[in-house]
Amino acid sequence: MRGSFVIVFFFSAGLICGFYSLVPSAMNNSAFSLYALNLLLFLVGIGIGGNNTAWEMIKKINAKILLVPLSVVLGTLLGSSLLSVWLKGITLRESLAVVSGFGYYSLSSMVITSIEGETLGVLALLSNIFREISTLLITPFLVRYFGRLAPIASGGATSMDTTLPVIIEFTGKEYGIISIFSGIVLTLTAPFLITLILTAV
Amino acid sequence: MVLITVFLLSGILAGYFLRKDNRIIKFTDKVTTGAICLLLFLLGLSVGGNEIIINSIAKLGIQAFVLTVGAISGSVLLSYFVYVYIFRGKEK
Repeated sequence: MRGSFVIVFFFSAGLICGFYSLVPSAMNNSAFSLYALNLLLFLVGIGIGGNNTAWEMIKKINAKILLVPLSVVLGTLLGSSLLSVWLKGITLRESLAVVSGFGYYSLSSMVITSIEGETLGVLALLSNIFREISTLLITPFLVRYFGRLAPIASGGATSMDTTLPVIIEFTGKEYGIISIFSGIVLTLTAPFLITLILTAV
Repeated sequence: MVLITVFLLSGILAGYFLRKDNRIIKFTDKVTTGAICLLLFLLGLSVGGNEIIINSIAKLGIQAFVLTVGAISGSVLLSYFVYVYIFRGKEK
C-alpha cells in the first residue's frame, strides 16, 4: 500500500509541474522516456532472473498450477470485453491492452504510453492501480464467496509482491506459493500481451 | 515487441547469473523503484501539460473503473471454476 502512495505522489507531482509549466519543456521528451522504459524493462528482468524462489518454482511446475495464470488471462480479457461494450469512446483493442497490465501499473502504463500515447497510458495507470487497491480491499470477501484462488486471480501480476501478504493471510501458506507463481507468469506476460494487442490487432 | 523482448530477456539472463550476489539484487530493486518514479513523474508531466487529457480525466477514471470491474469479475469467476473442479477436489 505504501508503494501505491509513492506512485500517486510522483505522478501527481509531474501533473502539477506539467500543468503549471514548472519545468523546462526539454524534460518533456518522449525519447528520454523511451530510454527510461528500456532501462526499467532490463531492471525488471534482473529482478525476476535474480529471484531464487522463481527458479525453484520452475522445477515444480505442473499443468494444474499453470491453470491459475491461464484462467486469469482468459477471465480478464473476457470480463473486460463484455463490459467494454457499454463504454463509449474506447475500442475493444484499447480496452484489452489496458487490462492486459494485470495490475502491473508502472510497466503497463509506460509500454502503452510509448506505443499508443498518453491518454491510453493514463487509463492503464488508473485501471491497474484500481486492480491492486481493490484486491487489497476485497480479498476477505473473495475468499469467502469464491474460494482461495479468487484473490490470486483478482491480484493478477501483483499477487507476487504487493498483494501477497494479504493473500497469504486469508488463504494460507500453500496458496502463497501458487500466488507467487501466478504473479511471476503474469508479470512476464503483461508487456508482451500489451505489445501484441496494440501492434497486431 | 523486439525491444521489449531484448531488454526483458537480457535482464532475466543477467539476473540469473547475478542471483547469488544479494547486494547487486538489492541495489537493482532500489534503482527499479527510482526508474518507476522517474517514469511516472515524466508521464504526469506530459499529461499535466495536455489539456485534452486533463479535461477528460473524470471520463478516463470511469472507463478505468468499469474495465477493472470486468477484469476482476472475469478472472475471479474463471478461477472459481478451476478452484472447485481441480484444486478443492484434490484437497479432500
